[in-house]
Amino acid sequence: MATKPSEQIEMGRGQGLLKGLAVTLKTMLHRSVTVQYPHVKPDLPPRTRGVIALKEANCTVCYMCSRECPDWCIYIDAHKETHEPAGGGRARSAKVLDRFAIDYALCMYCGICVEVCPFDALFWSPEFEYAEYDLGNMTHEKERLEEWTYTVLPPPALEEGAEPPDEEPAAAEAAG
Amino acid sequence: MIGEAGVSILEELFSNFWVVLVLKTAAVLGFFLVVPLGVGYLEHKVLAHMQARLGPMEAGAFHGWAQLVADGVKFIQKEDVIPAAADRTVFSLAPAVAMIPYITILVVLPLSESAFAENLDIGIFFVMAMSSVSVIGVMMAGWSSANKFSLIGALRAAAQLIAYELPLVLAAAGVVMLAGTLSMVGIVEAQRDLWFVVPLLPLFVIFMIASLAELTRPPFDMPVADSEIIFGAYTEYSGLKFAFFLLAEYGGIVALSGVASVLFLGGYLAPPGLPIPGPLMMMGKIGALAFVVIWLRATYPRLREDQLQRFAWITLVPVSLLWILGTGFVKVAMS
Repeated sequence: MATKPSEQIEMGRGQGLLKGLAVTLKTMLHRSVTVQYPHVKPDLPPRTRGVIALKEANCTVCYMCSRECPDWCIYIDAHKETHEPAGGGRARSAKVLDRFAIDYALCMYCGICVEVCPFDALFWSPEFEYAEYDLGNMTHEKERLEEWTYTVLPPPALEEGAEPPDEEPAAAEAAG
Repeated sequence: MIGEAGVSILEELFSNFWVVLVLKTAAVLGFFLVVPLGVGYLEHKVLAHMQARLGPMEAGAFHGWAQLVADGVKFIQKEDVIPAAADRTVFSLAPAVAMIPYITILVVLPLSESAFAENLDIGIFFVMAMSSVSVIGVMMAGWSSANKFSLIGALRAAAQLIAYELPLVLAAAGVVMLAGTLSMVGIVEAQRDLWFVVPLLPLFVIFMIASLAELTRPPFDMPVADSEIIFGAYTEYSGLKFAFFLLAEYGGIVALSGVASVLFLGGYLAPPGLPIPGPLMMMGKIGALAFVVIWLRATYPRLREDQLQRFAWITLVPVSLLWILGTGFVKVAMS
């Protein structure tokens, strides 16, 4: 809101100068907000987009993530294995994941892979300390991606009065 | 234990003119090299906290106390670049010309009744003369750099000094009238009953403002306005020469804070009833005034060149002249 010239005159000459001095002095006496990073780890919120972690057990090798990835930074290799069921009958086939790697030098942290994953195998982790001296070392394999799942934070609690997620009533109904 | 003969040898040694001269020079130089670093550290920290930051925290074990020492080491290691078109001799001499006047001001600064390098009869006159020499160094730097930004900065510095030297001297003149002496120790002794800041408050304010302008400190830092002329007269300097200019700035803060506390705040005199030793009192007052200088830097934006000149000639000079006139009337009426 713009002040009228008449209001500015009412403030009195030099009062603004004193106000400015009071502001800086007050700021000086308050505790500063700096986090001393390498010595103190930052307190990151649960939804921080630090790195993408893979829970291998949930992955069905559907290739949804690698196909949706805008810059093709996800590598997936898999083969098909068949095994005979114990009770006899047709041989069952399953896909087995050989390689899952994300090239973080290419990744643009859009999170589409996390969104499209139908079986909750990909997660956002707040971990961010994975810089490398060489660009080629930025491709991380599934063992490293698995480790990062341990750093995934639980989702934040819902706000008061918020609608419950779709899964919750469905699960309650299924449980009877 | 020193024997009788030893004492007489020591007495003889300390009455030798050259020995005393060397000792005094070493003391003044040591003061000049240590105290401005303290003020520099104070500026780092105070500015940071006024901006809700922490400032240096890593150099040295405790709260980055060694930051300026580390900076000094860095400056020594840097390449000493002299522009191809520069006037090499003048370019190299300029930092010294800018710095030495502030060292010489410290010579007459009394830390107590007896602790001073020299008690000149014309103490305050000497201070005023020396403080205006410094700008010659800035002019030399600006002219010899062969850089238009340096030249503009140097000319701005010169114009500013001419404008603000007058209120500075007039403010000091008011004090000299009241004290009846030019000697720095004499001026402090004249304040035994009443610090001059009480009867001469406007002159004290004018003296501090003019000192800021003299040191080209914000809000009067038009000569080094970084967004317009890079770093004014110091643009082409690097390494140790640049460090000398910085040392001149912080040494200037110490020197002019010291002079202001001698002129107006009773110098080494403690407030009545407080048994604080003189040197401690004096250093405390220098520290407090240096804090105010830093505080103003954190608070106010830079004045425009025309505002700066207008403020000096239309406000500061007439007010200080009027106050001197009033002081004269009171002085004559009382005697």
